[in-house]
Amino acid sequence: MPTSGDGTGCVPMTMWQADPVTQLDRPLSAAAELAGEPAISATDLKKSYKEIEAVRGVSFDVQPGEIFGFLGPNGAGKSTIISMLCTLVTPSSGRARVAGFDVVSDQAQVRQRIGLVFQDTTLDDYLTASENLRFHAELYGVPREMVPARMRQVLEIVDLWDRRDGVVQTFSGGMKRRLEIARGLLHAPGVLFLDEPTVGLDPQTRSHIWSYITELKRHEKITIFLTTHYMDEAEYCDRIAIMDHGVLVAVDTPEALKGSIGEDRVELHTDDDADAIARLSETFQIKATISEGAVTFHVAGGEEFVPRLFAELGVAIRSIRVARPTLDDVFMTYTGRTIRDAEASGSERFRANPWMRARGRR
Amino acid sequence: MPIPGCGLEVGGKVAASSAVPTVRVAGGRTSDDLRALWVVWKRELIRFRRNRMRIVTSLAQPVLFLFILGTGLSTIVSTTDHFNFRTFMFPGILGMTVLFTSIFSAISIVWDREFGFLREMLVAPVHRWTLVLGKCLGGATVATIQGAIMLALAGLVGVSYNPVMMLVLVAEMVLAAFALTAFGVMLAARISDVQSFQVVTQLFVLPMFFLSGAVFPVTKLPVWLGVLSKVDPLSYAVDPLRKEVFSYLNIPPVLRRQFDPGVSWGSWHLPVLVELGLVATAALVMLLTAIKQFSRPV
Repeated sequence: MPTSGDGTGCVPMTMWQADPVTQLDRPLSAAAELAGEPAISATDLKKSYKEIEAVRGVSFDVQPGEIFGFLGPNGAGKSTIISMLCTLVTPSSGRARVAGFDVVSDQAQVRQRIGLVFQDTTLDDYLTASENLRFHAELYGVPREMVPARMRQVLEIVDLWDRRDGVVQTFSGGMKRRLEIARGLLHAPGVLFLDEPTVGLDPQTRSHIWSYITELKRHEKITIFLTTHYMDEAEYCDRIAIMDHGVLVAVDTPEALKGSIGEDRVELHTDDDADAIARLSETFQIKATISEGAVTFHVAGGEEFVPRLFAELGVAIRSIRVARPTLDDVFMTYTGRTIRDAEASGSERFRANPWMRARGRR
Repeated sequence: MPIPGCGLEVGGKVAASSAVPTVRVAGGRTSDDLRALWVVWKRELIRFRRNRMRIVTSLAQPVLFLFILGTGLSTIVSTTDHFNFRTFMFPGILGMTVLFTSIFSAISIVWDREFGFLREMLVAPVHRWTLVLGKCLGGATVATIQGAIMLALAGLVGVSYNPVMMLVLVAEMVLAAFALTAFGVMLAARISDVQSFQVVTQLFVLPMFFLSGAVFPVTKLPVWLGVLSKVDPLSYAVDPLRKEVFSYLNIPPVLRRQFDPGVSWGSWHLPVLVELGLVATAALVMLLTAIKQFSRPV
């Protein structure tokens, strides 16, 4: 289970495990049922629609408690994957287990253990926030005596407790999305699926949604599986799978992915730049140049290198900046194009959302 | 990263608010199905109650038909002082109220699909029949309430407020409302977008209404229209309503024959119970069809 104390905003996994209060509060969680099994496990999953292969043999595991992000342009097959994992689309071949049950043979078992938040809203606009939640609680058989407390809890997580009696029609897009997340949590699922949780929201609301998601992980100890095509958001995930043209091109932590494509860029301001360059070459065998007024060089694991630099350089350092490769760089390395290019050529857009297809068929 | 309001309360409330229910392993138990059924039904009522405009507008149409069209037609139809054409129309207008409200409730599935809420229902770990039946019962309840409101106008068209008659009429409306909602749900399963709703109204609902004998007696129609009228399921729902109303009227046999002819197959005059049986059978068939359609994988 990877931890990510990388300062990207993720709460380290160990934090909640060590938290005695939350641990006592959840004596029988879905994670406990798993008994060592991955929360999600896909083996050579394939899905074809007529002549189009939307998903072409995908295998991966998601550990309990992880935030696992599926990253890729529209039409890469992300939504098809999520639909298969949620038992909404039957795989053409391959197997997948979610929360310990097979998505084909144990559909009902899977559905009881997962929460779903779709790309587009699935709330009843005419009902109030709490009526929407109550509807969900009844459909999912949440024990009656637990419903009021549980409703309050999830509404507080997403900051909507004060608006519980507001009719959803009057809510903003961000509030609706938060309410959907609250609803997805209501029946205490072991795995929460978020399909593009922040698409179409303004940057401030997006960052709020993310703070709720990371808080959620701490508070509810659930596995979160999400899809996104925002590179910056992928940073919040413990692990990322990059998908393109129906196949996984890479699965790892954001750090490792970025680490895998090369070295960090380090920019130094020193009292004596010429001396610094000479000493870098001498002590560390690093070739540095002056670029835009800063001593600039490339090194693997830049952050780990900084303390050594301070200890051994011997020239006073006034400021230092370590720039990482971004996930955009990662995506480009693995797919040969930026995600924006991939989106622009998205001729396969229509297969991004099997719901639209299902709707069209009727 | 503390979230406001999360576990910040004093004392025992913290424990209550942070307790997480254990994940249920059961599924498909009768009690689960009944809860799903109940909540789908309840949602229909909440939506109905909240949408006051809909209550008013869907009552406006029958009222217009009864008092404007009815009054207009009564000037060209020869009746007596004791019997007005509006009295003839009244049971038909009850049927109309139930018809339009039921179909409208059922068709809201199309909106649910458009706005995504249908998905919230279809992915739930409950049997699909509970959702379809809940929807049908909800639509039927709403339609019966609307019909009962129209029933309150009985006095204005010369129909007495006999309690037994009222009860029988309400019971007949419940059956009709359920059948028509089931019919609407069955159609809604096949309608992919809101625009098609208009087409459905023109193709099914209005012809059903006109051919049912709700606004004019269908006995003297040309053969082809007469056949269509007998095929129209609404005929068998409107006729029992009319028979019930007319059984309390004191009118000459000539008028009775003209305005309460009943439905006959050849020379056989269908008894009310047979008519109601036909409606119930149709309701069941349509309900099962609707369930079958919605039980396909999503």
